[in-house]
Amino acid sequence: MSQPDSAVADAQGGAATESLAALAKRHGLRRAIARPSLPFYVGQLWARRHFVLKYATSRNVSKYSQSMLGQLWQLLTPLLNAGVYYLMFGVILDQKKDISNYTAFLITGVFIFTFTQRTVSGGAKSISNNLSLIRALHFPRAALPLAYAVQELQQLLWSMLVLIGIVLLTGEPLTLYWLLIPVALLLQLTFNIGASLFMARVGAFARDMNQLLPFIMRTWLYASGVFFSIPDRVADLPESLAFVQYIMELNPAAAYIELMRDLLIQGHTPPQWAWTTAIFWAVFALVIGFWYFWRAEERYGRG
Amino acid sequence: MAMERVWPLTAEEQEATKKSSATGTPTVIVDDLHIVYKVYGATSAEEKGNAATALLRLVKRQGRPQMREVHAVKGVSFVARHGDAIGIIGRNGSGKSTLLRAIAGLLPPHSGAVYTDGQPSLLGVNAALMKELTGERNITLGCYAMGMTPSEVRAKYDEIVDFSGIGEFVQFPMSTYSSGMGARLRFAIASAKVHDVLLIDEALATGDREFRKRSQKRIMQMRESAGTVFLVAHNLDVIEETCNRVIWLHKGKIKMDGDPTEVIGAYNKA
Repeated sequence: MSQPDSAVADAQGGAATESLAALAKRHGLRRAIARPSLPFYVGQLWARRHFVLKYATSRNVSKYSQSMLGQLWQLLTPLLNAGVYYLMFGVILDQKKDISNYTAFLITGVFIFTFTQRTVSGGAKSISNNLSLIRALHFPRAALPLAYAVQELQQLLWSMLVLIGIVLLTGEPLTLYWLLIPVALLLQLTFNIGASLFMARVGAFARDMNQLLPFIMRTWLYASGVFFSIPDRVADLPESLAFVQYIMELNPAAAYIELMRDLLIQGHTPPQWAWTTAIFWAVFALVIGFWYFWRAEERYGRG
Repeated sequence: MAMERVWPLTAEEQEATKKSSATGTPTVIVDDLHIVYKVYGATSAEEKGNAATALLRLVKRQGRPQMREVHAVKGVSFVARHGDAIGIIGRNGSGKSTLLRAIAGLLPPHSGAVYTDGQPSLLGVNAALMKELTGERNITLGCYAMGMTPSEVRAKYDEIVDFSGIGEFVQFPMSTYSSGMGARLRFAIASAKVHDVLLIDEALATGDREFRKRSQKRIMQMRESAGTVFLVAHNLDVIEETCNRVIWLHKGKIKMDGDPTEVIGAYNKA
């Protein structure tokens, strides 16, 4: 069975290529690395749902495992965040003059935006941070950005607890609208997953993205009406620039923030198409993001 | 020579029938495989690593020197069949691990292709687990990643802990484990599943003698149920004991492919 070097070299020449491929075909062998069809991929992903959940929980656990207060930080972090932002924008910069219940307005904005921001940033890093896992085990890669999204969802549920506490403390009544909170969050989660899948592929191949992303995110934060009300801010613009308001309100982050403010704060008027915008972005992002991520499935891990 | 070019179809199959252990149908076909991967963070001697030199490089339109391409596997072709246990030998950096990862479908080929029957599984010392988490969580996560259901994981859990022999350490974070303990746990997790094509990368190098014995027994069992086993090891005795064919890789190319005693003999002389 031992062959001289020349025979091996010959076997590796161009002519052998065709016959080996034919041999593989004749015996029904499949390419080791090939992109599965979209429905099959969804099935594979569904089969790994336990992995996604466990991975998300484990990451949340390990994140605080070194600190003395442990999981309490899941509650403390949003509380401290709320405090810092209120001190900055409510007290020092005193933005609150024209907005009813500015505390609730601001904290809702910050928490809802943070959910999207953290999911998308996490998604962008989810492939490059897990290269060793990708190169060691076989699983649909979309499980990673999904796990990051679930992790942020778990964190958000704690933040919502804090948020609802703050909103009630600022004197907002409990209304039937609150029943729509899960619907609004589900729409936002759908958008987040789509956007994070999209960014996962971008971040996997364009590594400079991770340096750039914080700046993009901060710009997005300032443009999304987290600290100010968009209609107030554009009121001084000349008539010819009125479209700026619509563009700002079509921004997905602004839509989800406005949606939640509408549900939580009685004196708040959301833009006309907030729900339509929110539903459109959720569906659009998920479809495009998932498709875009799946298209490169066989290339993740090459570095 | 022109006639011999049909080799993969005829001569190879004739040879396969001579072999008592190889029973015909191919399980893995590697076809003129090239693997190139990118390494980030590599620096050359001239690179000063400050912003000015980086800008100068951009102006001169040179690529990033920190990003290097490594051509690890350069045109490898072979056919593996049912019942084959193939040892892969070669010096450090000859492309052994890279080749296994490519067969497992974990590294995309630069050109050429790998065809497999079913999903090959790779048992390696590098199989990433989460260091900050307890062994317990790592067992569950690893099993889920391999596609097991919660009830399957529950059924296998005790067996994995017993096999790894880490005892009460299963409650501790993996960062507190010795390298041998970590490797044992990884091997125990990965071998908890039935595999069609099994790729073992130095998984037996760590761990004490007792564990090595236990894991060799486990590999034998798996070989009987799995179609094909690939084994990378620096311990040539292990290869000679377990394999019926040996491939010698040198600088990303096959230097020799054949009977274990012959290839290992030539390798030792080189």
